Amino acid sequence: MSAVTAVFWIFAALAVLSAVLCVSRRSPVASALWLVVAMFSLAVLFVLLDAQFIAVLQVLVYAGAVMVLFLFVIMLLNLGRGAAQDRKGVIGLTVGVVLAALLFVQLRFLRQAAPPALIRLPDGMMAQLQQQQGMVGAVATPLYQAYLVPFEITSVLLLAAVVGAVVLAKRKL
Amino acid sequence: MLLGDALGVAAVLFVIGVAGVLVRRNAIIIFMCVELMLNAVNLTFIAFAQTLGVAGQIFVFFVMAVAAAEAAVGLAIVLAVYRHQDTVDLRRINLLKG
Repeated sequence: MSAVTAVFWIFAALAVLSAVLCVSRRSPVASALWLVVAMFSLAVLFVLLDAQFIAVLQVLVYAGAVMVLFLFVIMLLNLGRGAAQDRKGVIGLTVGVVLAALLFVQLRFLRQAAPPALIRLPDGMMAQLQQQQGMVGAVATPLYQAYLVPFEITSVLLLAAVVGAVVLAKRKL
Repeated sequence: MLLGDALGVAAVLFVIGVAGVLVRRNAIIIFMCVELMLNAVNLTFIAFAQTLGVAGQIFVFFVMAVAAAEAAVGLAIVLAVYRHQDTVDLRRINLLKG
């Protein structure tokens, strides 16, 4: 087993473990902090999969901004203690776990997916592309050329979200 | 090549998120489980980007933008609901139930 594979499995196990803890902890603050751990481990997996720039974004945007927003709202609403009746009863729990297991069986077939050889890039192509264009350039060049219109629409989406959040959170306009 | 392994990890993470949404009652924790599911999908995109080209990474960029917008609006809704109901327990937020 190579070093990359070993590191991959260590952080994959950490991500799964902290995701389970995030779902099962009663206190929302503990839940949010375990989710931060899961996101950091996912950032490591992104680096191993040749996506260094996205890994940086993952730490900055997800583990940084979004999770601070979550923790801010939890503190603002004073929910740190966690309610006793937070989880559903036995029936709800069983139905939830069974449905999730069913979905997992379906997703397991995704693991066997092999893209047709015709559209597959040769091994090490991404690493080579990043060496030619740089870590950011490999993502930025197609983003500002082929995907320019979706990129601009994203800015409109973010503007709408900002306006919507302000309107929703304001007591009286 | 870690494609198959990464897809397996992504499937496990996604299913944990789904189980959380189905089992929990706290609106904020359900939001966090949705974020977890989005992260699992991002891992799938990144894994495929390694073999199928850089477009997958660009989609992750868009997913992150949508997730940030969703978190902002969703938490604003949670705040507005909390102001009316004094709770984020989804059992007691049933205004639309006939």
